[in-house]
Amino acid sequence: MKVLVAIKRVIDAYVKVRVKSDGSGVETQNVKMSMNPFCEIAVEEAVRMKEAGIASEVVVVSCGQQNSQETIRTALAMGADRGILVQSDAELQPLAIAKLLKGVVEKEQPELVLMGKQAVDNDFNQTGQMLSALLDWSQATFASKIEKSDGKLTVTREIDGGLETIEVALPAVVTADLRLNEPRYASLPNIMKAKKKPIDTMSAEDLGVDPSPRLSVVKVSEPPARQGGAKVGSVAELVEKLKNEAKVI
Amino acid sequence: MSPAAQPAQDQDKIKSDTATPFVWEDPLLLDEQLTEDERMVRDAARDYCRDKLMPRVLEANRHERFDREIMNEMGELGFLGATLPEKYGCAGVNYVCYGLIAREVERVDSGYRSAMSVQSSLVMHPIHTYGTEAQRDKYLPKLASGEWVGCFGLTEPDAGSDPGSMRTTAKKVDGGYVLNGTKMWITNSPIADVFVVWAKTEDGKIRGFVLEKGMKGLSAPKIEGKFSLRASTTGEIVMDNVEVPEDALLPNVSGLRGPFGCLNRARYGIAWGALGAAEFCWHAARQYTLDRQMFGRPLAATQLMQKKLADMQTEITIGLQTCLRIGRLIDEGKMMPEAISLAKRNSCGKALDIARVARDMHGGNGIADEFHVIRHVMNLEAVNTYEGTHDVHALILGRAQTGIQAFG
Repeated sequence: MKVLVAIKRVIDAYVKVRVKSDGSGVETQNVKMSMNPFCEIAVEEAVRMKEAGIASEVVVVSCGQQNSQETIRTALAMGADRGILVQSDAELQPLAIAKLLKGVVEKEQPELVLMGKQAVDNDFNQTGQMLSALLDWSQATFASKIEKSDGKLTVTREIDGGLETIEVALPAVVTADLRLNEPRYASLPNIMKAKKKPIDTMSAEDLGVDPSPRLSVVKVSEPPARQGGAKVGSVAELVEKLKNEAKVI
Repeated sequence: MSPAAQPAQDQDKIKSDTATPFVWEDPLLLDEQLTEDERMVRDAARDYCRDKLMPRVLEANRHERFDREIMNEMGELGFLGATLPEKYGCAGVNYVCYGLIAREVERVDSGYRSAMSVQSSLVMHPIHTYGTEAQRDKYLPKLASGEWVGCFGLTEPDAGSDPGSMRTTAKKVDGGYVLNGTKMWITNSPIADVFVVWAKTEDGKIRGFVLEKGMKGLSAPKIEGKFSLRASTTGEIVMDNVEVPEDALLPNVSGLRGPFGCLNRARYGIAWGALGAAEFCWHAARQYTLDRQMFGRPLAATQLMQKKLADMQTEITIGLQTCLRIGRLIDEGKMMPEAISLAKRNSCGKALDIARVARDMHGGNGIADEFHVIRHVMNLEAVNTYEGTHDVHALILGRAQTGIQAFG
């Protein structure tokens, strides 16, 4: 089974994000970037499938600027076989990415598309679902366990208050949740080997997709600073404050 | 196109007018001076150290304990002997990568970096450079994977900065040598499987030997009560008529050139590593003084604190550029031991100062190990001393520019 893994380059999860002074977005210049953590989990799962003999080839694809190639290289160092960069300097929103990925899927003909459930920058949680709809493929989101049997996958999903196990027919789009696995660190020998693995580059035009944004960002702002807590002297005072100040009871 | 032919507005936009945001933690954009794979190596090392080493170091330091499996983990990631060729199970990365790894490991603890440096530069490097193909095949793969731990015996109780006066002897006998002597302050020796030991043969030449755990007469007692590098094990190597076969000798070097060739590489790693520890202390002091409210405002709002932070930022930034330059020179085949002395001395001395000031900025909390800064202060005392003290490196630089040796 050929597996395509879609990955996204985002601001490193350990970086303190700064909002641009004009409120148009967040500062990304000279900011450390990394692979989206959920995408890392998806790559790890695909590489484990390859190691277990379930996957025959693992191809990673990323849509974005030229520097997304560095993120693809990281996935290659984790064990993916080759990479595809869909290069675009435009701001890419979920629908555009889903359309681009559909184009790549049609070229590559994988049986399974694995991706993170969402990216930690915009938190859309839409691309996987949109891709599955565009392809008219099965979808399994928030996966914490994936098992393959003849022509289908058994996927455990993380849902509110518990786990749900479903069966989906292949081909399918599966999005990875946090507990699916713990991604490996790229080892130095594998980083060196990754330099020799091929990365193809294509454009949105090559795939016949118009990636222009459908949404416009009105304003980006910092969340309000946390107010300091206060101690109450009695239960009566607490109830009074909840009623009249917080207005929650 | 000549400048005169350019449209006027293009001339207004000359490159030097373009501003770029200042990154306080990387003021000279060192990140951009690295190649893509160097950044990947740095990131892999940073992630491992943050996720796997940092959570262990508090207890390890408090109870003077080295977690042996760290060597296996580092081996799996390719950190051990990283610059050596792939055919011995190593990664074959350049010396800039080696330095970047040292910086990330020492950001957590100098003891962990010491364990890694010794294995890489002081054990695997001499076996690779001075050993036979059979010795390489026998030792390097297992040292690279961390299955075996190595140590390096040069310093003696009565021969530190003056290794030429060592007392350990190797007497030629039928089929091999007999070694006698004691080595002191040996990182990893109590847990070592492989010992690279330097001894004087009867003709007065210093030669290297590879000894193995379990040889008759060889022991490695642990040195107790260290107040520095507590998360790495240090011991002695005691050799009481240890008989070794002929093939224990590292045949391709003789004289102090042998151990010094190893030390140059280790010192280069230390120059990067000490600045990693300094960076930790600087970032910790910055965050602490931003968070700590005193007299109704953050401590960081005071001129005293800001001046200290600026000094730390400046020294670390300059120091890292020095390390990067030396790494690039080594990778170009231009190894200059004096330049390494300059960097080792500068990084260690400055890092120790920065750690002490950061300790001070933390006030009372600075002495608690949970804030980690006091641990770096204690560690850096050793790092400033071992592999050539601050003063001895000054004498190396003094000799290099005056032509006069002032050691004795």
